[in-house]
Amino acid sequence: MKRGLGLYAVAAYAFLHLPLLVLAVFSFNSSRFTIWQGWSLAWYRAALQDGQLGEAAWNSLLIAVASTVLSTVVGTLCAYGLWKRDSKLLSGSLYLSLVTPEIVTGISLLVFFQWIFRFLHVQLGMHTVILAHIAFSLSYVVIVVMARLRTFDASLEEAALDLGATEWQAFRRVTLPVLAPGIAAAALLAFTTSFDDYVITSMVAGVDSETLPMVVYAMARRGANPVLNAISTLIVAVLGSLIVLSERLRES
Amino acid sequence: MDLVLELQGVSKHYPTHQAVNEISFAVERGAFFALLGPSGCGKTTTLRLVAGFEEATAGDISLNGRSINQLKPYERNVNTVFQNYALFPHLTVRGNVEFGLRQQGADQLAKKVRDVLDLVQLSGKDDRFPAQLSGGERQRVALARSLVLQPDVLLLDEPLAALDPNLRKQVRGELKSLQRRVGTTFLFVTHDQEEALSLSDQIAVMNKGLLEQVGTPEDVYLRPRTRFVAGFLGAVNWIDGIGVRPEATRISRTADGERCISATVRSSVFLGNCFQVETVCRDGQCVVAEVPRLDGSFAPGEPVHLWWDPADELRL
Amino acid sequence: MTQLRRLFLAPAGVIMGVLFLVPLAIMLAYSFLTRGAYGGVTAEVTGDNYQRVFDPLYAAILLRTFVMAGTATLGCLVLGFPLALFISRAGPRKNLYLQLVILPFWTSFLIRTYAWMFLLRDTGLINSALLAAGLVHQPLPLLYNEGAVFVGLVYGYLPFVVLPLYATLERLDKNLLEAAADLGARPWVTLTRVMIPLCAPGFRAGALLVFIPCLGAYLTPDLLGGSKTVMVGNVIQNQFTTARDWPFGSAVSLLLMAIVMVLLMLLIRRGGEKLV
Repeated sequence: MKRGLGLYAVAAYAFLHLPLLVLAVFSFNSSRFTIWQGWSLAWYRAALQDGQLGEAAWNSLLIAVASTVLSTVVGTLCAYGLWKRDSKLLSGSLYLSLVTPEIVTGISLLVFFQWIFRFLHVQLGMHTVILAHIAFSLSYVVIVVMARLRTFDASLEEAALDLGATEWQAFRRVTLPVLAPGIAAAALLAFTTSFDDYVITSMVAGVDSETLPMVVYAMARRGANPVLNAISTLIVAVLGSLIVLSERLRES
Repeated sequence: MDLVLELQGVSKHYPTHQAVNEISFAVERGAFFALLGPSGCGKTTTLRLVAGFEEATAGDISLNGRSINQLKPYERNVNTVFQNYALFPHLTVRGNVEFGLRQQGADQLAKKVRDVLDLVQLSGKDDRFPAQLSGGERQRVALARSLVLQPDVLLLDEPLAALDPNLRKQVRGELKSLQRRVGTTFLFVTHDQEEALSLSDQIAVMNKGLLEQVGTPEDVYLRPRTRFVAGFLGAVNWIDGIGVRPEATRISRTADGERCISATVRSSVFLGNCFQVETVCRDGQCVVAEVPRLDGSFAPGEPVHLWWDPADELRL
Repeated sequence: MTQLRRLFLAPAGVIMGVLFLVPLAIMLAYSFLTRGAYGGVTAEVTGDNYQRVFDPLYAAILLRTFVMAGTATLGCLVLGFPLALFISRAGPRKNLYLQLVILPFWTSFLIRTYAWMFLLRDTGLINSALLAAGLVHQPLPLLYNEGAVFVGLVYGYLPFVVLPLYATLERLDKNLLEAAADLGARPWVTLTRVMIPLCAPGFRAGALLVFIPCLGAYLTPDLLGGSKTVMVGNVIQNQFTTARDWPFGSAVSLLLMAIVMVLLMLLIRRGGEKLV
């Protein structure tokens, strides 16, 4: 049975990885058709020279950083508070937000913003996207940090109090440092989900706030486009390295 | 008597049960004081009440004559050595030991840390992390971390429970000599009566939230005031309402003296330093006697006579 | 501590309240109103929107959504279990193999879905290869059908199944398997009559983690499916863009959420375990 399992695993890993690998390989294809005709960096050049793409990438980065910082801070504090004593309403809302389909989240926020815009003179734009990203990242952060807190030794906080620290000092000087890896993992999760998000962003983005996923989606919809292969490979390479890097850091 | 810690009528109620029920005792300065009892008797709760992690529902706790009921843990000059030591994993040994001093904004940190590490014989290990230390070493860091703050009372929660059994005797001796050297009052919690007897100057025996007896080791062992204390501190044979400990129960093949009871040997187990002889009396009662090895053994089925020194009786 | 705790919970509370609960409440209100002439809503209260959901057209879409989500979940479980088994038996390289499963998931869902477009379309890699090899004379319609959506869903959510199954396998008491062997069970029997039943919690967790997102799938059917493979998520999006029927879209959304919540309650109660 072991050999059969091994063969199966090879097939399964192939299924999981080949699509992206194929995409990567063909991003270097000199022909724009799916017949291999030699190596070329033409598509990468086109991708990196595209102004619209550059702007969209910059927007995505800005949004991801802003929403990650805010949702990680708010989420960590929230997880800690809930760990001390649960609030059914808050944790219920967070779990509900987790299982809400993205399309519903996106639309509910669109509806909400449009309703708000009756009273305020604002439009959809970067700020609405950032708010939306914070809203859906929050539950991810809380889940990850809560999981870390479950393995956290509460007597460490008591020891800190015993040695003269107040509750806030104990949190800052003992709990936070010990939780740091978990918080970093939560931040990474928030960042990658924000950077990659299409559904929710497309609903609440304004004219000036096109993101990288939106561009990718439009290109994918329009049909075969070798530049898209290059962009895809770049994105996957960057995100992939980020994750591998964080794993290495975590293990050290 | 210079009393450093006094509990008067202290109680702790939980919605489901009463953990501590109106206990009162006093601890002399410089003493090694034990709270002894089975699990669930309230001894750990009492310790936590003194430390400030729980609030008493009734009664008064005073340190150096002043009531500390309302004070938070970080406001009391009392420090705790936790059962699992609770060393901060992200700080070195030095970082851990300094922690309380930094909170106080004290000066001469380096010297104080060095001195206390010397005291617990951990010099040279300042830069290690808790994960790199053995169990015994970790306990010493926990001790150093608390002692460096010179508390009025040092609380220890089952200090020997987390250690390897073969280490325990040695650490016991080290703890005792440490306390003698430092002179700080130690208040510790244990369920092991051998530990309590060997380490303490005074023992408070607790059971189901109540304080059964406070006294010296000899007091609670030789002159127990309740059947519970008698039974918890060691084995007892109850014969017609009178208690006699197995080591005080004598066996003889001949009946001399009036106070003998006849019995038949049921079994004799060789324990190394003595024989544990189980006998059955005429009324079916089982009596265990500890016979020194040099006195020889008894065979099952042998008829024998049991007797004891009246001074060894426990009349409760 | 309580003041500190309240301070800690406050920002999250505000965010959840304003950006999650209030929008849902607005949608709830809209679902009972009527569509305006130019989109938006008018103040006319009605229950029609919820009735319309059960029209044959939309009922069929709902049914298809359930069937697709169900088959995708089944596919994930069947394909994922042997992989989880392999990883749990892999010895020292366990962690590496596990990371290799999780890594693609962490990159980009959108791009991973596009990758299948690249493979399956008429001018895509598979067809080009088949044509070039002379195995077919016309490109096969691999894209824009239910098969493509099925593949896309399984590809997207397989890691979600491998993780809980792996966790359950790790926690399995190896002694039980040895006991089965000791009592005469051959490997296959041990697998089917001891190991798989004992992994029930893992299967439940995995099923939950795949079925529910699949119910609300939007991107996968949108990019990989055709007009005949519309799922509930696409219907909802349509109502808020081209169809401009916000009240109806709201009703469908809330119905979808209600279904998800009911499923969760049923599955969690039966399992009795916490999700995280």
